[in-house]
Amino acid sequence: MKFERRRYLTQNIAKILIWMAALSTMAVMALIVFQVLWEGLPVLSLSFFLDSPRSMGREGGIFSTIVGTFALTIVAILFATPLGVGTAIFLWEYTREGRISRTIRFGIGCLAGVPSIIFGLFGFVFFVIYLNMGWSILSGGLTMAALILPTIISATEEALKAIPYSFREVSYSLGGTKWQTVTRAVIPSALPGIFTGIILGICRSIEETAVVILTAGSSLLIPTSLFSPVRTMSVHFYILSREGISMEMAYGTGAALILLVLIVNTVANWLLSRYVRKKA
Amino acid sequence: MSTGNKIAVKDFNFYYGSIQALQMINLDIKANEIFAILGPARSGKTTFLKSLNRLTDLVHGASHTGTILLDGEDIYAPRISLTQLRRRVGIVFDLPIPLPVSIYENVAYGPKLSNKTQKKYLDEIIEKALRSAFLWDEVKDRLHTSALRLSGGQQQRLCISRILALDPEVLLLDEPCSGLDPISTASIEETLSRLKKEYTIILVPHNIQQASRVADRVGFLLEGKLVEEGPAFEIFTRPKNKKTEDYISGKFG
Amino acid sequence: MEIKEIKERFIEKILLLIAFSSITILALITFFIFGEGLPLIWKIGPKSFLLGERWVPSQGEFGILPMIVGSFWVTFGALLLGIPLGLACAIFLCEWTPPWAGMILRSAIQVLAGIPSVVYGFWGLVVLVPLIRNFLGGPGLSILSGSLILSIMILPTIISISEDSLKALPPNYKAGAFALGATHWQTIWRVLIPAARSGIVASIILGMGRALGETMAMIMILGNAVKMPSSILDSARTLTTNIGIEMGYASGDHRQALFAAGVILFLIIMILNTLAIVLSRRRAG
Repeated sequence: MKFERRRYLTQNIAKILIWMAALSTMAVMALIVFQVLWEGLPVLSLSFFLDSPRSMGREGGIFSTIVGTFALTIVAILFATPLGVGTAIFLWEYTREGRISRTIRFGIGCLAGVPSIIFGLFGFVFFVIYLNMGWSILSGGLTMAALILPTIISATEEALKAIPYSFREVSYSLGGTKWQTVTRAVIPSALPGIFTGIILGICRSIEETAVVILTAGSSLLIPTSLFSPVRTMSVHFYILSREGISMEMAYGTGAALILLVLIVNTVANWLLSRYVRKKA
Repeated sequence: MSTGNKIAVKDFNFYYGSIQALQMINLDIKANEIFAILGPARSGKTTFLKSLNRLTDLVHGASHTGTILLDGEDIYAPRISLTQLRRRVGIVFDLPIPLPVSIYENVAYGPKLSNKTQKKYLDEIIEKALRSAFLWDEVKDRLHTSALRLSGGQQQRLCISRILALDPEVLLLDEPCSGLDPISTASIEETLSRLKKEYTIILVPHNIQQASRVADRVGFLLEGKLVEEGPAFEIFTRPKNKKTEDYISGKFG
Repeated sequence: MEIKEIKERFIEKILLLIAFSSITILALITFFIFGEGLPLIWKIGPKSFLLGERWVPSQGEFGILPMIVGSFWVTFGALLLGIPLGLACAIFLCEWTPPWAGMILRSAIQVLAGIPSVVYGFWGLVVLVPLIRNFLGGPGLSILSGSLILSIMILPTIISISEDSLKALPPNYKAGAFALGATHWQTIWRVLIPAARSGIVASIILGMGRALGETMAMIMILGNAVKMPSSILDSARTLTTNIGIEMGYASGDHRQALFAAGVILFLIIMILNTLAIVLSRRRAG
């Protein structure tokens, strides 16, 4: 009987500990986000978003960094999406389990694990120096594209896997070629999943700092071409905090970053549910 | 050119890797007839149907020996275009598989593959196909709604229209009425009888009774071998082979 | 062969080329990083590079042992805290959350995973560092604060992958244990977790990789002292922060030494990730 009571005692202790651990963990994570928002939201204003930084960021707003973030992200997505979707299509629709697909998958897996600072070093020595592109949106965007490539590949492949084989069989039986089958019978239904991958890539690109500093520089000016150096919001935030330039501006930029991530996620979810509802 | 035979199968063996699915099939199918293939489960009926339009090519490790002639031409000849073949010999599967688009787009899928996209041209083809499958009257007011909203019987007739839009010569039907209620089944069977005037139809019936209702000629496939074939009336009343007789009288299924 | 066939073959070849882009990029990364870093390691000798305790670029001394030790301590601390907390959350999500709350919590975790690491670093800088400085002494910018923040950052990784592994277990494991009279906790601790072992280990390895690779937040809160750390309240550098801080102004041998540190980091992470891939293949196979 005593053994029984001890078993249940262990269970209850364990349950309490787990609850405490889990809830406190989530509480701390939420606390962090809320504190930055709390201090930072008051700083946000129309002029904060539309003015460019002045005197090294001590005054003014973050407009040029917003432009920088958008520009870099767009370049990254423009390059990573065709490469990523194409890779996934090849792996899932055009090959079987074999040496080629295993090699490619190994490469993708390794690439996914490379830390961002290494990407930064690579982007610096390859794009900035070797290809002579200098610190620029292009160097940063291309390096970022390499970083988010594995994300897009795996999201696309998951989407392709979810399409029932019968769709493909129907297309073939109506005289479709492989490429026609992929583009007309499979991809349209796989778009939501592919879209999710792109959104994940966008989020990654927004938050990434090490890569950007080493490849796009940290100019506070609004970029004038793809070859202009540029500063993104996350880099601006980092520099403001590290150099201790202005706590107020830092909080504001941090809050803007969090809001941007939240907005991207919300818009993505909304678009997705609208698209799915339209189909059904 | 064989005399009036739409399809001629000669010494046809089919293998999935090392497993033999069809053994020495010899069979002639005449134009504009309904030919039913009977047999217990896993006897190779679906494999046979799919070999007739080379849908079996999609399976990794599939191989064959022997020939299948369509209008006297070997369908496995290297110069044969697969896409053309599959338009001349269309297939309908046992489960209706509408694509997740509108009724119109489903039927237009085939023609659009050949890049025929003029609206007027497509509208005509689609109406003709839906009429031939006896689905037009039920859907003409909602052509651009989702095909997933149709009932099972309607979806299956939609699958038939998809193929008819390509103006095929042969229709392969693999248990087209499985999962359908008796009324839908009856409408499909009636459709088949009317369709045979223009097309050659090879059917794997859902049961023996269905074969006796619609088929002109019947073949009995058992474990990959064609045991017997002949006019429907003869097979059902005076089968020559004991195994055929046993199957038809329900001794095994 | 009609035109269509030729077109199809062409498309297939193009897709093959595209698919090799990942391998190509990986090869380029390896080639250029090693190309910049290896010559320096040869030049000063692997032993004095890896085991040297002095990093004074102006005097040509490039020993990265303090950084390796720093990386190790920070990662170890992060895992020490992150694994139990992460597992606890995974178990909590799997077993004790009502379904409606589960969706909310999981989305919350996903959003929190998307918060830039610099934000966590910033919070660590303005809240955690002063706390530690005031209550525990030392400069505050320390291995301790680094580990704490890092553990929060790797939690989403550990939680989501462990939770997936637990959810993927066949339900009869649980039913069978209950049928034999086990309590809920006993079932979790003795049956479910061991069964999901390889997934959980994979999540830990991935978390470790993420921890080792974290740069910006660590720069903000580790203090960046270039000597061998002797306690968790000491400032320190990791392999990553070392590169991140000095790359902006390094040149010549100094720059090459930073690339060399990158080579070492790259090798460590590649080994870890291959381990994770092998483990997850074994789980699927």
